[in-house]
Amino acid sequence: MNAPAYNFAYLDEQTKRMIRRAILKAIAIPGYQVPFASREMPMPYGWGTGGVQVTAAILGPQDVLKVIDQGSDDTTNAISIRKFFAKTAGVATTTATEEATVIQTRHRIPEAALNENQVLVYQVPIPEPLRFLEPRETETRRMHALAEYGLMHVKLYEDIARFGHIATAYAYPVKVNARYVMDPSPTPKFDNPKMDNCPALQLFGAGREKRIYAIPPYTQVVSLDFEDHPFEPYRFNAPCALCAAENSYLDEIVTDDEGGRMFVCSDTDYCEGRQAAGHHGSLSAAPYKEKAQEASNG
Amino acid sequence: MTTIAELPPGFADKVLSAQSTFRSVMDAMARPGSVQRIVPAAGTPETMMRGTAAIALTLFDHDTPLWLDARMAERPDVVKWLKFHTGAPVVQDSSIASFALIGDGAALPALERFALGTSEYPDRSTTLILQVESLESGRPFELRGPGIDGTAMLQASIKPFDLFERLHLNEALFPRGIDVVLVADEAVVAIPRTTRIVSKGS
Repeated sequence: MNAPAYNFAYLDEQTKRMIRRAILKAIAIPGYQVPFASREMPMPYGWGTGGVQVTAAILGPQDVLKVIDQGSDDTTNAISIRKFFAKTAGVATTTATEEATVIQTRHRIPEAALNENQVLVYQVPIPEPLRFLEPRETETRRMHALAEYGLMHVKLYEDIARFGHIATAYAYPVKVNARYVMDPSPTPKFDNPKMDNCPALQLFGAGREKRIYAIPPYTQVVSLDFEDHPFEPYRFNAPCALCAAENSYLDEIVTDDEGGRMFVCSDTDYCEGRQAAGHHGSLSAAPYKEKAQEASNG
Repeated sequence: MTTIAELPPGFADKVLSAQSTFRSVMDAMARPGSVQRIVPAAGTPETMMRGTAAIALTLFDHDTPLWLDARMAERPDVVKWLKFHTGAPVVQDSSIASFALIGDGAALPALERFALGTSEYPDRSTTLILQVESLESGRPFELRGPGIDGTAMLQASIKPFDLFERLHLNEALFPRGIDVVLVADEAVVAIPRTTRIVSKGS
């Protein structure tokens, strides 16, 4: 066999050292965006190059890696990143949240509670929560330095003035450890409460924007809100059509051109686990499968 | 004169040893007060503990100006070993150092003399790597802050005795500040700038 063409986990050691130093500072200053020298990766920006670099810098041969994209283990992005690390680092991969030690995610936090032995790595497109309010990096940096976050409250207030409620549904800004306002990446705001006091370490990598930030375990994460308009997680008011879960985040799937739709868990591992445990929703295929099996057995 | 051939070796497996050392340091930083283990896999010059040597090989390179205290700097084998294995430039001015290696905690300079970062870039601060006597026995310290579920107990024998008093400056300066990594042979404890001391015994 030929000598391996790449270093373990693809990145060279000097790059890993640089990223590792950034990760340590990010953990020491929760919610603060540490600049780092993001590298070109063998995938385009927007496909999780920041998350991939963070994962590559922390991953070891004993790790078990799970990758999700919008909660799903089975989409192109998730599969290709999982295969990337299986190939370049030879690590074990899984789809089961409980088995994973490193979970790289795009836009969701798994439904299953995370534990102390896990690291959650987020892929982040725009790390700066103030960017759409103030385009200049020099200015947003100063706003963070002075903890001058009034503008963000104005933005949420404008939501209320226009729609009667805070209409921001994803990338909902949070304040970490009562200091830095942080973009939780485009996760639905349903997931925001899971970030608070989480036993797992949470790392965020933005490849194109060249920033790494972190939430240490057991750290206070508060979603910004107002006394008279408190933060409320949003969820479609329906059970999952496959597993009947009443408390999971749902995707809406259009099923025909006559207004037909179904709601299913966005977290595929959670949904499959519930179905395997015998929970069936209104559109679950499981009873048919079981009947088919009974027929073939009988 | 020590020739390069006489220097203690670096990591036998550069890639995987650096990874496991980093994970120990990362876990230590993420869970302040918890004692993490570094699996020693490198040769070590005298006066440098095995944990310190592993951290140096894992995190130092030409991008990280390094400040050595007198205990470290007076040993040519330490300086040569660091230079050969990491390439980190040793600087005299502690206020521009990315890392400071402290062999003799009793002679730790005032923390204000290290880089504390700026309000815009608080990450541009010195990480102190402080060799201590023990991280298993000694005075109890009760800690709280991000990374700690409630409070954490650390039993340690640390010099300078007033380290935690000195680290009060982190409270006033935050988000600027100093992050400390305590090393006792192969045991590592991190005290990032967010960690506060609740109480301590004698």
